[in-house]
Amino acid sequence: MTSKPGVLRSALGHVRGLGSAKEGTHHWWQQRLTAVALVPLSIWLIASIVRLSGTGYAGFVDWFHNPIHASVMILFLVASFHHAQLGMQVVIEDYVPGHAARIVCVTAVKFGCFALAVLCTVSILVVAFKG
Amino acid sequence: MSTAAKPTTTRTMGTREIVRPLSPHLQVYRMPLAAMLSIAGHRATGIGLVLGLLLLTWWLAAAAFGDTAYATVMAFIGSWLGQLVLFGFSVAFYFHVCTGVRHLFWDAGKGFEIPATQRTNQIVIAAAVALTILTWLIV
Repeated sequence: MTSKPGVLRSALGHVRGLGSAKEGTHHWWQQRLTAVALVPLSIWLIASIVRLSGTGYAGFVDWFHNPIHASVMILFLVASFHHAQLGMQVVIEDYVPGHAARIVCVTAVKFGCFALAVLCTVSILVVAFKG
Repeated sequence: MSTAAKPTTTRTMGTREIVRPLSPHLQVYRMPLAAMLSIAGHRATGIGLVLGLLLLTWWLAAAAFGDTAYATVMAFIGSWLGQLVLFGFSVAFYFHVCTGVRHLFWDAGKGFEIPATQRTNQIVIAAAVALTILTWLIV
């Protein structure tokens, strides 16, 4: 193991990280976990939306004053935005050509999903704690 | 098809140049139903549902801002355009869920045979259509 002359990184430094990171299934597994969680959670959301369609603002506030409803909604938000950014990452990696563009798109999607998930969660909490 | 240029891709490997045929892509290949369900039924609907999450965000954030903002969102959702958008999301959602559940079976190693796939194609489409109709009957 010798370093190239004039290069700061050692030979070991050059090869490190090129092999398996031993977490290749992490993304795949997270996608499956959130998918399974989202089946009941999204059915609950649809039922809630149907229920809230005719109740007006007071009905909405009342619905999320219930801590169980607020909690299930936040579970839905976390699972769905996580699932969304994982899924979009796969689509971007398949269809966006160019390494730089791909990284920019994936980063934008991840930042966007995190931001919206926080906004939604805070919004539910604001409604839940409304006097 | 016959007049199209022979699709090839060129890669270099060391000093050697490798020319190999390019697999038929979306525009030139008549996809089997399972592939259509995968690309249109699962991937495209998934992207569509992200737009649905944007509408959900608007709805929840408006509720946090107060009753006038909430009324604006509900006025849009109540309009014919809003109802059409909501209907589109419901179709996308049920197709995404049904194709997604089939993916979970595939992940478990079940249903890879062509006859099984052709059967589950029909089940996925029938279930997605039925669930969409059922949901809108309840509303």
